[in-house]
Amino acid sequence: MKTTIKVVLMNLLLSMSTMVKAEIQVLACEPEWGSLVNSLGGKQVNVYQATTNQQDPHHIQARPSLIAKARRADLLVCAGAELEAGWLPLLLRKSGNPDIQAGKPGYFMASDYVTLLDKATTLDRSYGDVHAAGNPHVHLDPERLLKVAQALSQTLIAIDPDNQENYQINLNSFTQKWLNMGQKWRKQTLSLTNKSIVVYHRSWIYLQKWLGLNEVGALEPKPGIPPTSSHLTQLLVRMKQTPADMIIYASYQDSKAAKWLSQKTGIPTVMLNISPDEGESLFDWYQQLIDRLVKEKK
Amino acid sequence: MQKKLLMLSITIAISYSNPAFSNNEYELLRQEIELLKKNYEQRIQTLEQRLKKTEEQAQQANSTAQNAAQKLEQTELTSTASNRTDNSFNPALSIILDGRYADFDNDPDAYELPGFSLGGEAGLGKEGFSIGHTELTASANIDDQFYGELTVAIHEDDNETEVEVEQAFVQTLGLGNGMTIKAGRFFSAMGYINEQHEHAWDFADAPLIYRGLFGNKLLDDGLQISYIAPTDLFFQLGTELLSGDKFPAGGNSDGIGAWTAFADLGGDIGIEHSWSLGLSHWEADDIDGRTSGGHSHGNEEHEEVPSFTGESKISALDLVYKWSPNGNPKNHNFKFQFEYFVRDEDGSITMLNSEPLETSSYDGDQSGWYAQAVYQFMPHWRTGFRYDQLDSDNTGSDSDILEEAGLDDEGHTPKRYSTMLEWLPSEYSRIRLQYNRDKSYEEADNQFFLQYTHSLGSHGTHNY
Repeated sequence: MKTTIKVVLMNLLLSMSTMVKAEIQVLACEPEWGSLVNSLGGKQVNVYQATTNQQDPHHIQARPSLIAKARRADLLVCAGAELEAGWLPLLLRKSGNPDIQAGKPGYFMASDYVTLLDKATTLDRSYGDVHAAGNPHVHLDPERLLKVAQALSQTLIAIDPDNQENYQINLNSFTQKWLNMGQKWRKQTLSLTNKSIVVYHRSWIYLQKWLGLNEVGALEPKPGIPPTSSHLTQLLVRMKQTPADMIIYASYQDSKAAKWLSQKTGIPTVMLNISPDEGESLFDWYQQLIDRLVKEKK
Repeated sequence: MQKKLLMLSITIAISYSNPAFSNNEYELLRQEIELLKKNYEQRIQTLEQRLKKTEEQAQQANSTAQNAAQKLEQTELTSTASNRTDNSFNPALSIILDGRYADFDNDPDAYELPGFSLGGEAGLGKEGFSIGHTELTASANIDDQFYGELTVAIHEDDNETEVEVEQAFVQTLGLGNGMTIKAGRFFSAMGYINEQHEHAWDFADAPLIYRGLFGNKLLDDGLQISYIAPTDLFFQLGTELLSGDKFPAGGNSDGIGAWTAFADLGGDIGIEHSWSLGLSHWEADDIDGRTSGGHSHGNEEHEEVPSFTGESKISALDLVYKWSPNGNPKNHNFKFQFEYFVRDEDGSITMLNSEPLETSSYDGDQSGWYAQAVYQFMPHWRTGFRYDQLDSDNTGSDSDILEEAGLDDEGHTPKRYSTMLEWLPSEYSRIRLQYNRDKSYEEADNQFFLQYTHSLGSHGTHNY
């Protein structure tokens, strides 16, 4: 008799726990990872994006609203590689949430799953913002993004094994579509190969590498240090001798310096969204990125 | 093959060009040529062998290079994987270097806040060049359950270097359900800026009310328990159980000498605005002999020092509002903050070293607030304005003793206007120029500070 009661109780508890367990709450540090989790998680995830593509993800504060989100998150998806070094550790410490602490399955840093470019060999801050771990903007390389997608899908399965099949299906269709689009983008961007660009900040190296663009200058004198007039004058002299094909800056970066150089040299500027807009899929975002580059190329 | 043909043609050519050669001579020549040919062929063979060897070696070198490249890629992969755990083994170290040049119209030693007995680190500090708080912080996750932090401050006091443990605490990471427990020495969660390090403040000096009540800062040894509710709106409740050994408590209590309770609310309004609101309360029921500086009369050795015994309660309200265009504070941002404190004390004041011992009953009623606004008007430049005001209404059985203890407001309302301009070349450095019109006491003072605050080592935190 006692055992039957126990069994009934256990069943009741189990059914309750499955009932209570609704969507996985995800806190995504940047929009690209929010968008990726949405693609891979589908209806099983509820994603909150800590930043928009108008915000520099390095200069965010551990606001009360973000602490409240971290408190309830089952999964944290961020770029890592020190991009969020100023606020994420603080968020984690204040959250009172053991599931998303470093080392736990709910702590997912995209840059842990791919090789990083631009590892600083000299760790001296007089060189500007140096990233010892390497450049964190890995989502700009379609191949690296796919690797991250695979790892992230594994993480979703680890956190929510009940929906393994769904995650598998989502990953497969994402991979298929991403590879198809990748081929299309390759064809579309053949004319960009070996074009030279001036960037605001070294945010684009993965995109440059994938497209075969050559970076010939930066508006920032040193990474993280805003453009100075002396540096811009030097750059102008150089650009008058050997003009670049485009000047590229991100949506959250100040456009003044780029426009000034463009006016003086006639080199077109391209404003690119370094991350998707709210609700925008990675496919649409990357397509737009490529459309803008192809359109502005000389 | 080609060489043989060459030999043959040479022989033929020779034989044709010298038809007069005798048979004997011809035979000799033929032998010589034969020898030459052999020699030549041998040399060619060795050359061919050498070529083959070199080719093989080149191939080998190529494959070794390929192997090396593969290995490199692999090590790169493993090294990124190990990036994840780097920090858990090495505590993150950071050093704050702070220094200033200060100029005051009045004598800084004459500084007082009528109605408030100054204690702790309250005061204007040194005139001229001096280094401020040099801070050393080491912190790390201890394991998956705990985080630990140590902050040591080094500063100079009357030409003596003092090393002070500002914070030394461990806190939980793994309790869950929004619970966190902190143990050790830490900045109390009272008010808003009390939890921040002094170098993170927006002005070179503490608000007057912090100076008057806490001697700049409230820190103590004990336990902090906090809970964050699972709501979209940030809602935090917490309490601290403290030793009560440190100013503005005092005396040696055996158990819990002071405690606090705090509640915080906060959130965003759209993408560009955010806010937080805090209520906090501090109480020490059994203060036994809290000493502070009063009006110093008489010589140093027999200086009369006011000592408070009784109970003390402080309540506080803090409000913070921040704005930045598109929620991107990097280039432009605005911050407004307001804090209000009120202290209610009951007990007695004794002037130590007085003969005969002077004692008065004491009913203290002190309050104060400040409001400040800071605006980053262009990248790397910030400016700010702050206004301070204090009020007190303290009574006791012997008003002369209260006056001696500095607890009489002397009919004066302490006020201060401050303005500052900052240049921040990078996230790690700051140069600040500040001017105060200080009416803390009857004689208004003009105060100038030129201050640098630089951070070395691990990345600082972007506190709200």
